[in-house]
Amino acid sequence: MRQGSVKKVLAIASGGGHWVQLQRLIPATDEHEVVFVTTIESYRSDVNGHRFYVVADANRWNKFALIKMAIKLAWIISKERPDVMISTGAAPGYFALRMGKLIGSRTIWLDSIANVEELSMSGAKIGRYADLWLTQWPHLAKPEGPYFAGAVL
Amino acid sequence: MIFVTVGTQLPFDRLIRVIDGWAKATGQTNVFAQIGPTDYQPRHLQWSKFIDAQEFRRHVAEADVVVAHAGMGSIITALELGKPIIVMPRSAALGEHRNDHQLATAKRFLAQGRIFVAFDENHLVEKLDQVGTFKATERISSQASPRLLAAIRSFIHTGQHPIASSALKTNSAADINAVEFLPTDGSVEFKSSSAIIPDNNVRP
Repeated sequence: MRQGSVKKVLAIASGGGHWVQLQRLIPATDEHEVVFVTTIESYRSDVNGHRFYVVADANRWNKFALIKMAIKLAWIISKERPDVMISTGAAPGYFALRMGKLIGSRTIWLDSIANVEELSMSGAKIGRYADLWLTQWPHLAKPEGPYFAGAVL
Repeated sequence: MIFVTVGTQLPFDRLIRVIDGWAKATGQTNVFAQIGPTDYQPRHLQWSKFIDAQEFRRHVAEADVVVAHAGMGSIITALELGKPIIVMPRSAALGEHRNDHQLATAKRFLAQGRIFVAFDENHLVEKLDQVGTFKATERISSQASPRLLAAIRSFIHTGQHPIASSALKTNSAADINAVEFLPTDGSVEFKSSSAIIPDNNVRP
C-alpha cells in the first residue's frame, strides 16, 4: 500500500452491463487515483482524465483470446501496481484480480446484479482471491462469502 | 421514437423479427434498432449492427420507449435516463444465451415495478401495441446505493474487510437497505445474518 491516504485503484469491467455497473461505484473512489480497464474503446470518453486501457474481450471458451488478454493484463498490472482493484466482471476482471493478489493488491469483486439465482462463473470462482467478495442479492450471501452490502441500484 | 437494442455480444433475431413485423403491420416508421452480430436484415426498421457508447446513450436519451434484451446495460441506462423499457429475456433453449439468467433478472425487476417484460413474441406484440400509453419515469440516481458506496469507500481507505473487523458486533440483519431488493413473494431467507455487511461499520 502507498503511504498516506491517496491510493491507486484499478477498476476493470467488460463491456455492457458490467461497465455500466462499475461506473455507478466510482463515487466511492473519492480522492483516490483511478485507472480503468475495459473491453470497448468507445468507453474512453466516459472516464475522461483517467488512464484507460482496452483488453480483448475473452472468455473461457476462447483460449487464444484468453492468453492474449492475460498478457496485456499482466503488462497493465505490473506497470500500474494498484493498491486496490475492483471488478464487476466478467472474465477479464477475474484474471486481473488473480494477478493483483500476486503483487499484493487488495481486491474487490462485486458480482453483477444480473446474477439473481446464482453467482456468475467468475464470481463463484473468485472466492478467496477477492478480499471483499460481494453479491448484490441478499439471498445469495453466505457467512463465508460472498457478502451483501447493497446494490448498484 | 422507439429504440431497440440487443447488446453487443450476441444476436437476438427473435426480438428483431417481431419488431420488424410489428413496424410493417402498424406502419410505424420511427424505430431504430441496434441488432448485433447477425445476418438478419430488418426491412421496416432503421438499423445498425453496432453503435458506440455515446450513440447508445444518445439513442436512449432521445427515445420515448426502449425495447431490449434483458441485459443490465440496457436496463440501467434506461432507468438512469427515465425511459420506460420493455425487455424480452433471451432463452438458453433457443440458443440465445448460455443460460436463462435474463429470465430471472427480468422477473425480479418486473416484481419491483421498474420495467415491462415480454415473455414471448406474442406478449411483445401486446406490449408494443401499448407503448403509446407509456410515460417517462423518474430518473434514478447515477450512483450505487449509499450503503454499497460506503462499504467500498471504507475498504479502499482501510483495506479492512467490513465483516472481519466487526464480527463481534451485534448485526441487525433487518437492514433497511437490504429490503429494497427483496422480492414481493417473500421468498428470501437470510441464511445467516453474518453474511450481511452491516451499515453501522462503514463511514460515509
